Amino acid sequence: MSDEYRFIGKATPRGDALDIVTGRTKFVGDIKQYGMLYGKVLRSPHPHANIRSIDTAKAKRLRGVEAVLTHEDVPNWRGGVPAHLRVLDSKVRFVGDAVALIAARTEEIAAEARELIEVDYEVLPAVYDVVEAMKPDAPRLHAAFPGNVVPPGFPWFGPHTLQEVVIGDVEKGFEEADIVVEGACAYENFPNPLPPEPPGVIAAWEGADALTIWTASQGTFTDRTVLYYILGRKVNVRAHGVAVGGSYGSKNTAWLLIVQAAVLSLASGKPVKLCYTKEEQFAAFTLRLGSRIQARIGMKKDGTVTAISGDWLVNTGYYCAGTQGQVAVGCGEIQLVVRCPNWNLKPKVVCTNRAPSGIVRGYGGQELKCAFLPILTMALEKADLDPVEFFKNNYVKPGDGYYWRDGEWWVSNGVDYTKAIEEGAKAFGWKEKWKGWLKPTAVSGTKRIGVGVGVHGNADVGEDTSEAYVRLDPEGTATLYSSISEHGTGQRSSLCKMVAEVLQLPLERVSMTPPDSLANPYEFGTVGSRGTFAVGSAVIEATEDARRKLLELAAQKLDRPIEDLETADGVIYVRPTPEIRLPWKAVMGFDRTCLGHGRFEPNFTMPNFMMVFAEVEVDVETGQVALLRVGSATDVGQIIDPLNLENQLNGSLGSAGIDSAIFEETILDRATGRVMGGNMIDFKWRTFAELPPMQHVVLETPFPSHRFKAIGVGEITPSPGPAAVIMAISNAVGVRFYDYPITPDKILKALGKVQGRKARGGAA
Amino acid sequence: MKTLADIVNTVEVSTITLTVNGRQYELEIGGHPDEVDPAHTLAHTLRETLGLTGTKVGCDGGACGACTVLMDGKPILSCMMLTVEADGKSITTIEGLGDPLNGKLDPIQQAFVDNTAFQCGFCTPGIILTAKALLDENPSPTESEVKEALAGNHCRCISHYHVVEAVMAAARNRR
Ligand code: FES
Ligand code: FES
Repeated sequence: MSDEYRFIGKATPRGDALDIVTGRTKFVGDIKQYGMLYGKVLRSPHPHANIRSIDTAKAKRLRGVEAVLTHEDVPNWRGGVPAHLRVLDSKVRFVGDAVALIAARTEEIAAEARELIEVDYEVLPAVYDVVEAMKPDAPRLHAAFPGNVVPPGFPWFGPHTLQEVVIGDVEKGFEEADIVVEGACAYENFPNPLPPEPPGVIAAWEGADALTIWTASQGTFTDRTVLYYILGRKVNVRAHGVAVGGSYGSKNTAWLLIVQAAVLSLASGKPVKLCYTKEEQFAAFTLRLGSRIQARIGMKKDGTVTAISGDWLVNTGYYCAGTQGQVAVGCGEIQLVVRCPNWNLKPKVVCTNRAPSGIVRGYGGQELKCAFLPILTMALEKADLDPVEFFKNNYVKPGDGYYWRDGEWWVSNGVDYTKAIEEGAKAFGWKEKWKGWLKPTAVSGTKRIGVGVGVHGNADVGEDTSEAYVRLDPEGTATLYSSISEHGTGQRSSLCKMVAEVLQLPLERVSMTPPDSLANPYEFGTVGSRGTFAVGSAVIEATEDARRKLLELAAQKLDRPIEDLETADGVIYVRPTPEIRLPWKAVMGFDRTCLGHGRFEPNFTMPNFMMVFAEVEVDVETGQVALLRVGSATDVGQIIDPLNLENQLNGSLGSAGIDSAIFEETILDRATGRVMGGNMIDFKWRTFAELPPMQHVVLETPFPSHRFKAIGVGEITPSPGPAAVIMAISNAVGVRFYDYPITPDKILKALGKVQGRKARGGAA
Repeated sequence: MKTLADIVNTVEVSTITLTVNGRQYELEIGGHPDEVDPAHTLAHTLRETLGLTGTKVGCDGGACGACTVLMDGKPILSCMMLTVEADGKSITTIEGLGDPLNGKLDPIQQAFVDNTAFQCGFCTPGIILTAKALLDENPSPTESEVKEALAGNHCRCISHYHVVEAVMAAARNRR
């Protein structure tokens, strides 16, 4: 921890801590608007069907019902990429798809009205598997997607969005290889990120062309921009951000929820709150992407990778919310982990009759890497190489380049993570525990211990744009105008800390506007670990700008050169003669403020880094896996707040992260298309009673990012975990696995102790 | 003890009494917005009728602990209890911790602030109340007793590690 700073690097209470511990924090469910109605969604019981007819007459007659809408009533608004999904359609594509929308005076009445709607379906055949879905005779979900394959391209990332990794000459690369391995691996358990707060929104129209929403997404401007296009480019959307009860990315794909509420509000002329239940969150909201890879890897004996080719099949569920963006980032991120001159990695995004898969922490990269690394390690096994050494040699270093999401070639200007890897391995005791491939660290009776390692990194810490204003007031206070929602990282507090540090103001004198797309300048939002570098840069620039304006005024007043002036605690000093001092008020008067502006432009030159070490114990009699210990290693340049950082690092166990290797999965009954166990009792989650010890190694090698030399890491902490755990289990029991999650039945089957269930990865 | 059926069958009892955070409420049974419908859960009444939204509803099915409140000092899942069942009971919600007059926090709340024992904070009210019931009963718990007591509280951000530290610190500070 650095002593250079007054606040940065120190543990300070979060600005919203008091509200959180006293129950005053307002989440969407806690907010009411005058005259507000409650929405409900009637959902399809069939995985694929045409709607022959819907009778809503009875529902409409129920007292307290103010709107009942079907596909015949709604505007032709379409979402997804490319725009292809209507808000309500004459066809349903998964069990849980929206059939009708109801708004009523109470939730109970809306739910009762839902029961009164009669629907006649023409049931169609359904398909759940990516390979089956691409066959010529497979049921087609969307007329626009032949073979159920979604076209590439993601306008948000520009015209050249990365949609594959094709570099050099793979045939030549394979010829140069001493070892060539080939295999398939499926990370297709569709774990639910499962934020504790179910998705919800309030929508209210003010006239025909102005819509206000209260949203729990991670970016008010993302909602504003996405809705602008979906609503036909003529509606002015104002998005209020509210406290986010967990998102882990998932609530950034909430356009459909928002538009459902918006269309009900339009029809009823009143504000409408629509909050999904936990069961709806399980059955009909964002899951992780399904990821399956068939890959071939060429390597020299010394571990130099010479060629990588493969097909990456991405299951996005019943429609595509923007999975091409995740493919782009996944393709970028894989290049950060493996240094290879020859690539031919071809992704395909495929629709199936499943619940939607979309943005979840790890954003495509976790999904790709979890499927890819078990195949890569087949080559490491053949070459008898230690994976930690391999990753140390391969992880992108300053001066190395990669194609990033925009399709451009970027060169790393960040730090070398060798030291972080070495220190992380040392703290974990890797050298002592690693006994070689498929060899347990220790055996005691039926229990076998194994270790594994995974790695991940992301250059999106500098993605997209941010703007901020900082206003200085005569009383010696500062206000940050930035549309950042708090979703658990403590980012709002960390930004205030940066302002306080630049101005040398006590923390309690810095406040921040609520997230609101009307009152604040443009802000992409806190995603991709961008809060520290991207948002931080705009905030620092705005603060410095405001400070300079204040000192310019003071310079005139004091008749001193501005270079001689300093400010701290709301007072301006003259450096050579500190007894000459003016409070801000004396400079500004009571009727002036100093406003600074900052803007950040995308910069993909500083990949962050995360390594996870896992130690597991497998009982070969029962197939039970216990996670004994987790270690991690990273370098963040400069810690902004150690407690917030540690929370994010511990978060690797949650949000469809590490545990998606062993027990988190969304199980589909393929006979009916229904999610089985879509509730908090049947879906397994880690409890307080089962916490493995965690040890984090965090280095602080200065980055050339901004004046605090820091970058963020929060998004990626879960991403290396699943591949580390699958490796650890394989080493413990001496058998490789290629199909997450590694449940007891799979282990016992692999050990020849039982006849296991059919591998779900490939079966339709 | 009255069974649920007894209570529902004697709905000529047209009001119920709840003491919430020390304040007594007479609530009428009925279907209007400010009344208690016999089907309303305690969580619903606290949040929607009394406006005490600090109590969170996550699963509404007894599985996540977000809706935990104290009833006569014991932690209960307010989504699993009908309001009519709570007639005559004394309820403490997160809004009722600490001292309302001087705004002083309960030592557990203070420890959560000091340890940043939350991320999104959605699970926090339920966790704090569960911890309060534990410390009231067992002022010096071991770490594993704390973990055991909180095993029914879902926290997806994984704030568990800081929560355990905060509860242990609160136990020390209360002594
Ligand atoms: S909301 Fe009551 S236990 Fe989940
Ligand atoms: S802090 Fe977010 S779920 Fe516990």
